[in-house]
Formats: sequence, C-alpha cells, structure tokens
Amino acid sequence: MITKLKTDIKEEQKLAQEHIKKQGLRVLVCAGTGCVANGSLKVIEKFKELGADVSTLTDYDKMTIVPTGCHGFCEQGVLVIIPEKHVTYVKVKEADVEEIYNSHIKNNKPVERLLYTDPKSGERILKNEEINFYAKQTRTALANCGKINAESIEEAISVRGYEALSNILIENNPESVIEQIEKSGLRGRGGGGFPTGRKWRFTAANRGGKSYVVCNGDEGDPGAFMDRSVMEGDPHKLLEGMAIAAFAVGADEGYIYVRAEYPLAIKRLRKAIKDAEEKNFLGKNIMGSDFSFTIHIKEGAGAFVCGEETALIASIEGERGMPRPKPPFPANKGLFGRPTLINNVETLANVPVIMLKGADWFSKMGTETSKGTKTFALTGEVNNTGLIEVPMGTTLREIIFDIGGGIRGGKKFKAVQIGGPSGGCLTEEHLDLPMDYDSLLKAGAMVGSGGLVVMAEDTCMIEVARFFMNFTKNESCGKCVPCREGTKNMLAILEKIVAGKGEMQDLELLEELAKIVKDGSLCGLGKTAPNPVLSTLKYFKDEYIAHIKDKKCPAGVCTAMKTVMIDENKCKGCTKCARTCPVGAIDGVVKQPHKINQDKCIKCEACLNSCPFKAIGLK
Amino acid sequence: MSEASVVKLDRKKLDEILETFHYSKSYLIAMLQKIQEIYKYLPEEAMTYIGEKIDGLSPATVYGVATFYAQFSLEPKGKYEIKVCDGTACHVRGSMPVLNAIKSKLKLQEGKFTTENGLFSLETVSCLGACGLAPVVMINEKVYPQMTSDAISIVIDTLMKEEV
Amino acid sequence: MTDIKTLFVDGKEVEFTDEPNLLEVIKKAGITIPTFCYRPDLTTFGACRMCVVEIDGRGIQSSCTMPPEAGLKIHTNTQRVRRIRKTVLELLLANHDRNCLTCDKSGNCELQKYSEEYGITKIRYKNKEELLPVDESSPSIVRDSNKCILCGACVRACAEYQHSVLGFANRGSKTLVQPMKGKPLADVECVNCGQCAAVCPTGALTIKSDIERVYDVVLNPEYKTVLQIAPSVRVALGEVFGLDAGENSIKKIYAAARKIGFDLVFDTNFSADLTIMEEANEFVERLTKGENLPIFTSCCPAWVKYLEMTHPDMLNHLSSAKSPQGMLSPVIKEFAPKYYEGFTKENIKVISIMPCTAKKYEITREQLKGETDFVLTTSEFAKMIKSSGIDFSVLKEEEANSPFGGYTGGGTIFGASGGVAEAAVRTAYNMVTGEDLKDVNITPLRGVDASSRSKEAVIDIKGTKVKIRVVSTLIEAEKAVREVKEGKADFQMLEVMACPGGCINGGGQPISCYDSKIKEERAQGLYKEDEELPIRLCHKNPDIIRIYKDHLEKPGSHLAHKLLHTTYSSKKKSL
Repeated sequence: MITKLKTDIKEEQKLAQEHIKKQGLRVLVCAGTGCVANGSLKVIEKFKELGADVSTLTDYDKMTIVPTGCHGFCEQGVLVIIPEKHVTYVKVKEADVEEIYNSHIKNNKPVERLLYTDPKSGERILKNEEINFYAKQTRTALANCGKINAESIEEAISVRGYEALSNILIENNPESVIEQIEKSGLRGRGGGGFPTGRKWRFTAANRGGKSYVVCNGDEGDPGAFMDRSVMEGDPHKLLEGMAIAAFAVGADEGYIYVRAEYPLAIKRLRKAIKDAEEKNFLGKNIMGSDFSFTIHIKEGAGAFVCGEETALIASIEGERGMPRPKPPFPANKGLFGRPTLINNVETLANVPVIMLKGADWFSKMGTETSKGTKTFALTGEVNNTGLIEVPMGTTLREIIFDIGGGIRGGKKFKAVQIGGPSGGCLTEEHLDLPMDYDSLLKAGAMVGSGGLVVMAEDTCMIEVARFFMNFTKNESCGKCVPCREGTKNMLAILEKIVAGKGEMQDLELLEELAKIVKDGSLCGLGKTAPNPVLSTLKYFKDEYIAHIKDKKCPAGVCTAMKTVMIDENKCKGCTKCARTCPVGAIDGVVKQPHKINQDKCIKCEACLNSCPFKAIGLK
Repeated sequence: MSEASVVKLDRKKLDEILETFHYSKSYLIAMLQKIQEIYKYLPEEAMTYIGEKIDGLSPATVYGVATFYAQFSLEPKGKYEIKVCDGTACHVRGSMPVLNAIKSKLKLQEGKFTTENGLFSLETVSCLGACGLAPVVMINEKVYPQMTSDAISIVIDTLMKEEV
Repeated sequence: MTDIKTLFVDGKEVEFTDEPNLLEVIKKAGITIPTFCYRPDLTTFGACRMCVVEIDGRGIQSSCTMPPEAGLKIHTNTQRVRRIRKTVLELLLANHDRNCLTCDKSGNCELQKYSEEYGITKIRYKNKEELLPVDESSPSIVRDSNKCILCGACVRACAEYQHSVLGFANRGSKTLVQPMKGKPLADVECVNCGQCAAVCPTGALTIKSDIERVYDVVLNPEYKTVLQIAPSVRVALGEVFGLDAGENSIKKIYAAARKIGFDLVFDTNFSADLTIMEEANEFVERLTKGENLPIFTSCCPAWVKYLEMTHPDMLNHLSSAKSPQGMLSPVIKEFAPKYYEGFTKENIKVISIMPCTAKKYEITREQLKGETDFVLTTSEFAKMIKSSGIDFSVLKEEEANSPFGGYTGGGTIFGASGGVAEAAVRTAYNMVTGEDLKDVNITPLRGVDASSRSKEAVIDIKGTKVKIRVVSTLIEAEKAVREVKEGKADFQMLEVMACPGGCINGGGQPISCYDSKIKEERAQGLYKEDEELPIRLCHKNPDIIRIYKDHLEKPGSHLAHKLLHTTYSSKKKSL
C-alpha cells in the first residue's frame, strides 16, 4: 500500500541544507525566555550590526546570526555558540560582542574571559564538548533546541524535520506506527508514565468518526520548563510528533494547550503552524496524501490542574478546569465527547526521532522498564542550573554532581525534590538510585514532569512541605472533598508546626489525612498532593519532631523558631530599638545594653533593621 | 462601586470579539483574555453580556470560569503588572524577600494588589518557566532575572521615574 | 433482550443489565451506598467521594461513576473505604456551620444522617471561621453558603433543567456556589423553580418557610382561612408519612387541614377544570382566527417568568388564563361569602398547598397581588401536620367543601407533564365539535422520565389536525420557543412545565432526588385517579357548569376575564 507523495522530503532537505551552507559562519545566540531576559536580543542586534559589513570578515564571505531556542544552560546566559569553532561563550553582554567579533571571529583568538569556568576545577573550558553540563547529556527531545533557528521551517527541515512524517505517509500503515511506538517502550513524559503506544492503541480502537489529538503543554509544575524549551526551541518537532500521532490514531484535528505564561512559546508555535501549513506539512491532504490534520492553539489561563487530562479537556471546551471522573477515558470519550489522544510535549517530541531512528535505537537507551531519555529541569542550590536530558536510569549523583557541578557555595547536599508538588523528596541515600519511573515510585517519589530542585543543608524540609502544600491547596480545583478540604487542612497543620505551635498528635493527624487524600481524591492532583508531606515525614521525621518538641528549626529557616537576641557586646544602649518595638518588648537604660522580653516579642524583626550597630540578630 | 465598573463598555467592540470566536462557548477563555487585554480586567457587564449572548452560557457560568483561572482579574490591574514568580526554584532562591520588598516599596496594604494611583499591580505566579534565572520577576512582558530586594527596588524606581 | 451479566458485591453474586453505574447495581443488592453528589436524574459528578468502594484489581473507585463490568469483585464496607468516608464527613463538618438544631434541614439532612451513621463525634480539624451572609431575598429559596458542601447538585440541576442561574465561583477551598458575582437570588434571572433545593443534601438551599405566617392566620379567629390543594400534592404528601409514592391521600389531607384549623378546604383540581374551560376556549378562538399560535400554557409561574425575562416578544403566545391557583383564590374571595356565613372578601385568607416553590413567587406578581395570601409547599404542609400533632396514618377520610371542591380526571392530571394539554384537548374537541373524544387517553403526551421531556401528539378534530408539543424543563422550552421564533414550529399548542416531569416533581415536593422512579409513581397515581373518576372531562364537572351558570356566564365572558385572566409584561433587564 505504498502512497506516492507530492512532496519529496529528501529534496526539501537538500535545498534546506544548501540554504544553510550559504549562510557562511553561523553564530548561534540563544533567544529562549531565559536568555532574552538576560538581554540576548541586544546581543543579536549587535552581532548583526557588526556582520553587516561583510568585508570585515576575513575568513568567511558571510556571517549569519541565528536566534535559537533554549540551550538549557539558562543560568549562564546569554549563550553564544559558534559551532564551527566549537566554542560556547557564556554570560555574554552586548558590550562583549565586539570583542568576540574582532578577536575570535576575525582573528581566531578565543576570548578567554567569556568562556565557561568549570566550578570544580576552576578552569576555563574552550571546547563545547568538554563542558560537563553538555558532555554527560544525551539529547533526543531537545536534540535541536539551541542548534537551529526555531522560527525557520527550513532549518527544521535541514535537520530531518518532517522526514519521519513523510516516511509514514508513504508507508501508509497506521498500525505499524503504533507497533513502533509500542516497541520503543516510550512512556508518557508528563507524569504518570503510562505506555504511550498503549494509549495510542486505545484511541485508535475508536477510529472511524471524529477524533482529536491534544498536546498537553500546560507545564504547571513550578520548577520545570522542558516543554517550554521544546515549544520555543524546536516547535516543528512537536507539530510533526502530533501529526504522526494523529495519523496513527485516525484524528484530523489537534489542539496544543499552552500556558498563557509562555508567550514566546505561543508566538513560535503559531509561526511554525503557519509555515507548516504553507508547505502542506499540515492541513488538507498532507504532502499529497489522503491524510489531513489541522492544529489549533488554546491558551491556558493559569490553572495547574489543567495539566490533568480531563481538566484540560474541560478547559479547551471553555469550562472551568475541573477534572472529570475516569472512566470514561479520553480515548473513548474525550474532547467534545469524541475519542481523544492526549500526550504531553516531551512525549510527542520523542515520536519523530523514534520513527526516524527506529524503536530499537530508542529502547537501547534507558532501563528495563523505562526506555529512552528524560529531560530534567535542574534548579535550586546547584551550580549549573538548567535543562538537561539524560538516558533513563542515570543516577542522581551524576545529575547533581557531574552535570550540575555540585552544590552551590560548597554547602552540603540535603535532598532533592523531584516531580514538583506531586513528587517527593530523595535524600543522600538515593544518590545512586537509577532515575526511572519504577525505582522512583518505590522510593516514594515520581518522575513527574522532571523538575529537580536541589536543596542544601540550610533548607528546612517542613517549610518545603508547607510550600508545596500551599501550592496544591491554591491549585486544587475544589471539586472533590478530600483534595479541597484535605489540602487546606494539611496546610493548616503544617503552618501550625512551622509557626512553632505544633503538637505531637498533629503529626499523626497529618499522616492520616495525607494517606486519605492520596487514596480518596478524584484526580491525579489530589492523589499526589500529599507526596511532599509523606516523603518528608518518611525521611525527615526528626526535623518535624524538632519543630514540635524542641521548637527548633534545625535548618535555621523558620522565623517563628528563632529568638531575637541583642548582642550585649555590640549594644551601645542608644534606645532606638526600644522605641521601634511595636509591642514594647525591649527594655533597657540609656547607654546600657538592652534586653528583649521573649514573652512579649512577636518576632517582627523591626528592631533588627533599626539597630545602627548591628547588635540585634536572630538565633 | 469602584470607579472602574463605571467604565462604559463599547458594545460594538464586544460584539466584534464574540464574532471573532464564532459565538462559540468553547472559546470563552479566549474571549475573556481578549476583553482583559482591552480593559485590563473583566468588567461585570462584559461577563453578563457574554453569558446572555452565547448559547450554553449564563452570567453565572462565565463568572465561574473567570474566577477559576488565575489570569483573570475582576479588578483593574495596574499599568505595570508585576508578577513575582514563586515557583519552587524561585522560592528556594528567595522570591519571598523580593515580594516583600515590592510590597513595602509600593506601600501595598495587606489584601490589596493594585496601587492607589493604578500604576502598579502585584501578584505571585507559580512558575514562569525561567527557573534557571531564579528568582525572577516579570513586569508586563519583560522578565527580570536573578532578582534581589535591592535590584527590584531599582527596577521599580526606574519605572516610577519614567512616569513622572 | 438485554444481556444479564453478574458481578460480586461483598462476595454475593449480583445480576445487572443496563444499570448506568455500580452504585445502582449495589443498591439492587440491598446495600445503600452513601452519597451527596450522585443524583440519578443529573449527570454524574464524582466529587463527594462518599460512594467509594474497593474493587479487586482496581483499588478505590467512586461507584457512581464506574460502569458495571461482569466479574468485578466489589467490597462496599472495607476499612479503607470507611476511612475515606469518615474523613470526608469530618472534613465537611469542620467546614460547616453546625447549628444543626436550628437548621431548616434538620432531620432531612444527608450530612447529618451520614455523620450519625458513621459515628462522627469529634472533629479534629480547624473549624470554619467566617460566616457568609444568608440570602433570603427570594420569596421561594433561602441560600446559606455556610452549609454548602459543594456537591454541585444544584449547579447541575440549574444547568440541566433551567438556565444556569447558580454556578461555581472561585476555586479550591475558596469555591462557592452562587448566582453571578454572589448577587441575591432576587436580583438574577432565577425562575424560583426550587429544583436546586430539591437536590440539595444539606441546608444550603432550602425552601423559604411560610409555616409560621400561616399559623398566625389559621389560629387567629378574626380570619377565615380557606385552603386549596394542588393536583400533585395528593400523590406525594403521603410519602412523608410512610405511604408509597403515588398513593392518593387527598381525603386524608382534607381531614388534616380541618384538624389544623382551616375553615374551608377546596381543591385546586376544581380550578384546574376551570382553567381548561378558559384556556381551551381561548385556544379554539385562536385556532379559528389563526392568531397568536401556538398558544403557550400559562400554569407554570417559572415558565411565565422565564418568558417575560428572556422572550418578552413572545408574550402574546401565552394563554391569558391564570394558573389554577391564580383562578381559585379570587373565585373564593368573590363567591365563598355567598355560600358561607361569616365569610367576607376581607376576612378570607386563601392559603394554597403547592408542589412548587415558584408559586410563592407567583402570588407576589403585580397582577395577582392580594388574591392568594400564602403558599405552602407540600413539604411545608407535611411539617405543619406533624407540628399540629396529627397522626396522619389514623386520619379518617373526609371530603372537600362545596362548591369549589368537585373535580374531574382532567383536572387531576394537571400535576404531570402533558396533563394540561391532554385535558385541554379533551375539552377543546368538545368545544369545536360538540362531541366528546371516544378515547380520552392521549398517551403520547404522557410519561415523566428523562426521555419524555419533549413529546408530541396530533389530534384529529374532525378533519383539522392539531399538533400539541409538551415540554418540561426550560431547556426544552427554549428549544421550542426558538422553533417558533424561527418559523419552524409545526405545533399549535405548547405546554410547558419548568420542572422535569411536571408538578409531581416540583421543587416543593417531598425530597425524591435519590430515586428517579418516584416521580413516575406519583404520575401513575394521578393517571390512576383520572381513570377511576366518574367524570374525566373538565367541561362535564357539575360544579364548573354551575359556576358558569350562577356567576361567570360563559368562558371568556367579561367577568371571567376580570377574575380568571391576567396580563404579562417584559422583565428583560436592559444591559
């Protein structure tokens, strides 16, 4: 059943590659959200200005500045990469551009001071490949992010974009596409880790009428931004992934649901859809085949729960994003009551690569039950924050200490929160745990979207649990009782403990409630909301007890546990503090060291700022 | 009644928006976004109008959607919308001191989020996806990376000067 | 033939066929599953989590949302299940205004009931701190957010039956159920149908009680109190006292009313017959002239209010005949003094017992003010019977007073959706042809289940084909009105009842939201009485014949117009 297509993708590829060759020296400047915030647009302008006079270029007949998507190494932005010279410049400012241009581009002398410094060795790294942050990664979903101009469909085509789609349209066998995805072992990258192929098969079973493919780009996990990077950096890969999925399950319409907080992603996706439609890679009779598929963008409006697939459906339908009970599953009755396939951005971004390189290639990476690579957003108290992609099964130690370059400021590692507010914390004992779906679940955490927040010794785990509970309480849709009332009450208990008013029976109640909320809630948000509480209770119970029994915060974070003290040696008896204190808790005679009446003190810290001699401190 | 609710709604403009979205219920969120873009908030009359004009909606259901999503505001926002990211990465790296600094800088009373002069409004958001630059603050569309109490104070001063 | 399959409930094999969910199958097995949000007539919501069960291999599932599958092994009362239910109750109670003793719902409250059953005696969570004001603006409904458990039943009822006056607002623990922006019910387009209160498991939405105001006149010798009782009350009120749904207890109701102290007891069924005389006459007139067709029935005040609010340009279609309640009160005040000594137009207080909360609104209508003095719902009247210490079960049956107590089968079926149209057709046929229908049963217009919310029948009036559309719920009414507006309507009469299934399922009836069969049984009760009554045609009612002969002359006469007809006016808010 081989179909003859009107589009010759190989020919398109050749043209695109030639087009890029004609660009001369390519200077890649990151134009992801992070680098734009650091001023990359100005860097780009400056480069363009300098390169305008071609005659100043000695070795090249032309220079092209390529604004790319996110490299992932956001903290070091603005990143400037010159592939031909294997160099990455970090923290580039507009003022540095001229030096790079004159010294390196024209005279081949690298600008040392703008090179990346390895946090361990303190050495400047000249070659990209030697930067640990990149060297230890294996990029599949993020393969092109930061390497191509995200707003150019030619550049996407030059790196084999839409080749997989063309191949499957020629082969014209949806069943074999599903088989490939099943064989690859790809699992949902959005949280649950459900086998993608099986999900496709369920949806395809309802083939015949109207069906939809929905891309979940509602990356709400605070501390994760891999989906944003794909949408901004390689939007065509996502579109191609969706088209392949639609072909496999028999859908002709698709939606990308993007958070409104990602304006750049929305802009690039809109452009990408328009360009793909013009080339007939989307739309009616794609590439001349019988397959038609159109994609719409729906902007979210700020609700974490819309990452839950049934809530996302409700939101696309224009309703409050309240999850609906399953069954019926979206595969049977989803968007507008029709069969619907919902996959997240990263999952779909893996699809074209799998189709191109084969299921076997993909399944060689990873562990027994978790195949391929996974992106993680590495943030918190780690030297190299940023976005990374590693094979499933990579250990935490490799991620934090090799790629991440270790803990900031030489502090001691305490824990890592994985999977955001739905996940749990992992401690030192888990550093050598292979990171995959199942071993994380066993450890009481989950891959989730892949947010990794590294915490050092001076982080209070109870405060972290409180932070996440506050988040889920605010983001609970309010539909089911366990989640709505349970998160509210768990937060109340945690606030009580953090405020130094906890009692030992609160711990029992907290644990009991956490288990019920996990067991009884309607949707994934509620079922996972207690995880940060349960895992901190499991691994840091001592810290809870210290807060309750000793009224002490071992990490020294919780203000309520601290006492405001006046250092007798520093106090000059100026009386300023006593006059500032709103509750009259400070007594003393002029020119004599003052004292704080701890029973009266409300720890407002007003005196701290008022003291001209820095004699007042928290202990 | 706040002053804002006296704003005269341009009925024709509303009809144009509804027309753009084919009077279809499934575009309710997009319609509300469009209206907020124009008025900087969602005037009650606009919500009622949509509720009555579009099949399958009512003023109560439109209000329900408007109050479900964090993006929508029922009160006018400031000319400068300050969003302090309190996502995990930003929180861990100290977004709260930044928030407090803004509050005291703008002299915002507890429970208030827009300044008296309507110039600034302040809110926290859960994640702007710029975690590598934590803590970040977004003012209108612009992201300010690696903020501190002092840095944000300077940013606000600059904006204030521009307004004088 | 539907397949019979089986599954296991607590180890016992249970057969099932087309039950929509596990909860219903489990109920068949003789086990009641607690629930707040599941209402068989509404879409399932799955929010309260009280109905969770444990299923082998599937873990915890809410039984109201789970379709039955053969072979499932379900456990309804495990420790895990009980813990969830108890925690749900404890959490709800912590967030509840627990002034249960003075709550209107006390004794009927599902939260109270389950809390007692599950032995919730201690609340370890933080209590609700702030109380929101109670909305008493509506003549029909009291809304108290402090008692709302957010099960969403009212929101669904309002959306699936009427036009979404109530909705969710905010999210998470700040969620509220309220009209737009928390406005008072009286200020929004609420039609007062009371279906929200009928499905509310707690005291968050209750019927505004007029019991004490009624006692004030009944127990005051200065007043002569006259009662009228609506058709559908007779087949529902008995439920409160242990009778089966549909069992007709009208003669006991007459007796109870007299025991409480009402001076005269008439029957709204009589004025239902009267309504048919006027409305059928009007219908025949319009048919002849070809004007203002289709005619819309006007007995349902919720529907009338809806049309006034949303389609004021269609008011000419409404029959100008008042509702049966609206007709009987002025007739009583005008004519009862002629039959009963000591009764004057001034000292008579007319109280009506209605299945309906919108009737409380109807008597406040500008055009009808001062005619009916108080409206009690069926539930309120049942409370009054209890409060007066009357043992309903041993009451001896009595008859209504004359001359406004006699009624026909045509009047009694007013209580079910389709009944008004059926009775009207029976009489209109006679008015046109001078003959009576051979078969007075117009079965296509019967049926009150969810699939019968819109139905039609074609009647051949000696060669003239007349099509009747009967709808219940305003959702269906809106569709019909649009057909008329778009010129697509091919029917000449439209009967509308706002409550699904008509008055037997009115917002003021005893609570029946947990069982969709109840309203069918009530309707059966009415059709059974229709069959059994010696006279089934309104125009054959001797009391009706007499009232025209003695007082009103003929349908549509000048006096009839003065007493029995009304006007309508636009209530559309200008935006």
